[in-house]
Amino acid sequence: MMSGLTYDDSFSDQNILRASGLGELQPCLGHNNSAELPQMSSVNPTSSARRLKPLSLASMAGQSDPQLSLLSAPEVEFLAEDEMVEIVPNIKMESLNMICGDFGPFFPQIACKVPLWLAAALKKRGKCTIRTPEWMSVDKLTQVLETERETPREFQPLPFHYIEISKLLFDHAHDDVQDTYMVRSLIEDIRDVRFHKVESGLENISGRTHAVKLKNLSAMEVNIVRPFMMRTLQAFYKHDNPQIIQQHNISGRKQPQVLTRSTRNLRPR
Amino acid sequence: MASGSGTWSAEAEVDESLLAATTDVDLLKRAWRNEKAAPEILQFEASLVLRIREQIKLICLVLQEETVEEFVDNGVDDLIVSLYQMDLDRSLFLLRSYLRIRLQKIEKYMIHISKTDLWNKLSEQEQKFTKRCIDIMEKHLNESVLERLPYGYQSILKQSISSDEDDMVPQPQLDTFVFCKTKDAVGAFQLDDVGDEIIDLVADDLNVVRYKSIKGLVEAGQIDLV
Repeated sequence: MMSGLTYDDSFSDQNILRASGLGELQPCLGHNNSAELPQMSSVNPTSSARRLKPLSLASMAGQSDPQLSLLSAPEVEFLAEDEMVEIVPNIKMESLNMICGDFGPFFPQIACKVPLWLAAALKKRGKCTIRTPEWMSVDKLTQVLETERETPREFQPLPFHYIEISKLLFDHAHDDVQDTYMVRSLIEDIRDVRFHKVESGLENISGRTHAVKLKNLSAMEVNIVRPFMMRTLQAFYKHDNPQIIQQHNISGRKQPQVLTRSTRNLRPR
Repeated sequence: MASGSGTWSAEAEVDESLLAATTDVDLLKRAWRNEKAAPEILQFEASLVLRIREQIKLICLVLQEETVEEFVDNGVDDLIVSLYQMDLDRSLFLLRSYLRIRLQKIEKYMIHISKTDLWNKLSEQEQKFTKRCIDIMEKHLNESVLERLPYGYQSILKQSISSDEDDMVPQPQLDTFVFCKTKDAVGAFQLDDVGDEIIDLVADDLNVVRYKSIKGLVEAGQIDLV
């Protein structure tokens, strides 16, 4: 289970490594910013000033060639663009029979549901207005933010693609969103709080972790944490597994394992 | 996301009504995501790819006609053409990316694929491609290096004649951890042969587990990789 312990303020590499108890692996690591990871700033232009450092942990040793399984940020956005939103067109148009489905016919001032990419395209050409999804109101988001802050071990239910949807709406349809600035800052705060929880949860991964439950995590957050988590879990699985079999008696706490690990000779990676 | 395809899921009859609402694009998207996340190559979706290609050809023809003929109402028409074009581009991207990721996996593990039953998961064209790839690779390695090594070390497959198995063949790592989500609750599920690792797979819960443990469920279509 992902559970939060400390609230780590700093985003630097060093602190994250130390906090996750993996500091002793440091000699094997590079410290370069991995180019293969999506940067949060490419998703939300307003937070470009605040690059999240933990992303460069991809340079940690462990697995061979994870690149095949990595989705880039634009690809996650591509997946999000198929979510349905409600629009109010201001033109008349016949129905569209596309490969991905049938939509329309469109009449002025009559609301209908279309995929996000279609809505963005129509909005760009000024042919419709987009109705903000219900979950994007100031009230609902404030509530979600408060509950997020109160429960350090759980994530609140939010739409799976809430980051991408909100980003696309702000880019193309900011005049359709009530209280744009308020909503934007609320969503950023929610993202920060959730990501802190993810980071503190990472501290609890140990050799005895055989699966991690991430209830209510969103697509973009999963994508950011994916490379690091995969390598961590893989590294722990590879190096701690025989220990688990040998030490049935020790209850699963991190402390004893660190002690015993220091007395063994780990084979160099 | 799309519900599981009826040819695999045991509850096909129950999902009948949901299936009607699942478009080919949804199925292709699901196949693409699974393929991206899985460390080894999965079953090729021959019928799905065929259907999507037909639809793409149809839309291409329609678009060609629309741009050639001249309609009265040019404003709305350009818009409609551009929207169809966008949809076409999206579907093409999905299809191409799906095929590309499979080719990448083939190129990485081609000898392993050709020697195990993963061979049956490839389409015909992919099998031809793999054979040609292996031939070229063998020829190149032989000419550049292997012929000059001492006798007993000249095999592509084995490190030396004394090796018991083909240890020069890279194999996909099946213990990679993957993120997955289940459609319906699978309930308590045993993760390992050791027997003491049991997790509860509830619907719509995101989990991170070793690929090997859920391999069967993925192939049956009950679990989606994220």
